[in-house]
Amino acid sequence: MTAPQMPIGEDDLTALADDRLPAERRPVVAAYLAAHPDVALRVEADMAQRDALRASLAAKFNEPVPSRLRIANIAASRRARLTTRLRLVAASLLLLAIGAAGGWGLRALSLPGAPEPPAAISLAGAAFDAYRTFVVEVAHPVEVRAENEAHLIGWLSKRIGKPLKAPDLGRFGFRLMGGRVLPASSGAAAMLMYDNDLGARLTVYIRADKGAETAFQFRREGDVSTFMWLDRGFGFAISAPLDRTRLLPIAEAVYKETAA
Amino acid sequence: MDDAAALLEPLIPALRRYAYALTRNHAAADDLVQDTLERALSHWMLRRRDGALRAWLFTILRNTYINSLRRARRQGEHAPINDDDAHARDGAPDAALGVRDVLATLDQLPEDHKSVLLLVGVEELSYEDASRVLGVPVGTVMSRLSRARQRLRAMLETGRTTMLRRVK
Repeated sequence: MTAPQMPIGEDDLTALADDRLPAERRPVVAAYLAAHPDVALRVEADMAQRDALRASLAAKFNEPVPSRLRIANIAASRRARLTTRLRLVAASLLLLAIGAAGGWGLRALSLPGAPEPPAAISLAGAAFDAYRTFVVEVAHPVEVRAENEAHLIGWLSKRIGKPLKAPDLGRFGFRLMGGRVLPASSGAAAMLMYDNDLGARLTVYIRADKGAETAFQFRREGDVSTFMWLDRGFGFAISAPLDRTRLLPIAEAVYKETAA
Repeated sequence: MDDAAALLEPLIPALRRYAYALTRNHAAADDLVQDTLERALSHWMLRRRDGALRAWLFTILRNTYINSLRRARRQGEHAPINDDDAHARDGAPDAALGVRDVLATLDQLPEDHKSVLLLVGVEELSYEDASRVLGVPVGTVMSRLSRARQRLRAMLETGRTTMLRRVK
C-alpha cells in the first residue's frame, strides 16, 4: 500500500518554477501537470518571465564596478569622516570639562532641591531616546525577532515583571518586528518595535513606574510623536513618525489591549 | 578591513543589479550600493557569522531603499527616478513585436512584490534567506511570490494583446 499523497499546492508550483522542487515531489507534480496542461503553461510562463528578467539585468551584473564602490575607497572615506568626528568629540569634551569645573565652582550659589521631573516627562524622554536610538538601526533593530514571539513576550514579561502581550496593530498597517530589553531607572524596560509597508517604525515602550496614574499625554520632538500614560504601576509610551491624530487611535488600541 | 574587502567585493555586482532593478536609475543605484556598503562596514563587527552575509547585505540595501523612498515622500520630492527607463520604453526595437520590457512591467508592481521576484528569481536567494531579507515568514515569501508572478503574467498578457491589436 502506498502512503496517501499530499495534494499539489501552490508552493509546489512555485518551487517548480524556481527549480527547487524536492526530488520526491517531482513525479507527483509532473503527473499533475500532464493532466492539467493549463497549469503547466502557467508554470512555463513563470519560468520564461524569470529568464527574461535575468536576461534584462545581465548587462548590469557584468558591468565593471565603479571605483567609488571599491571597499578600500569606501573604508578610506569612512576613516577620514571618523577622524573629523573624533576631533569634534574631543573638542566638546573639553568644553564640557570647562563647564563642569565652572558649575562646581558655583555650587554654593545654587538653590537646594531642584524638583524631580514629573514621572510622565521622564518616561517620555526615555521612550523617545530609545526610539531615536533603535529606529535608525538597519541591521539589528531588535534583539529578538517576531518569529519567536512567544519567547520574546515571555522574556520581556519576566524582565519588567508584568505579563505582557504584543498589541496587534495590524489594522493600522503596523507589523511586529520584535523587541528588546533596555535599562531603565526602575530596573528594566521593554521595547516592542513595529513597522509598516512604507518602512515607518513605531515603538511601544513599557517600564515599571510608580508615578500616579495619568491620562494620555502627548509630546512631539522633530517628526516623532509620543503618547504616554501611567497605569497601575507601569508607564507606557508609543512613539512613531506620525501626527497626533493618526497616532491617537493606535495609542488607544494599545491602552485597551494592555489594560485588558 | 582586508577580510571585509575579500568577502564584500565579490557581492557588489549582485547588489548593483538589485539596486538598479529597484531604482531603475544607474546613479541612484550606485548611491544605494555605496550607502549599503558603508553601513555594512560600520556594522561589520556586529554581523551574523552564520554565512548569511549575502542575505544581510540585501537586507541593508532594501531597508536603505525603503527609508529613502519614505524620506522622499515626506519631503514631497518628485525625483525623476525612472528617467532611464523612459528611453528604454520608446524605440525599443522589439516593441513592435509585442514583447514588452519585463523590467518596465516589473516597475508597476509594489516594492514587496518586486523584491521577492528579484531576490528569488534573479539573485537566487533561498526561500529562507529571502524571508530574512523581507522580514516575513517563509510561507509568506512563497505566497507573495506566487501572487507577484500572477500579476506579472497578467500584465504581460494584457501588454501583448494591446500590442498585437495595435500592430494589426
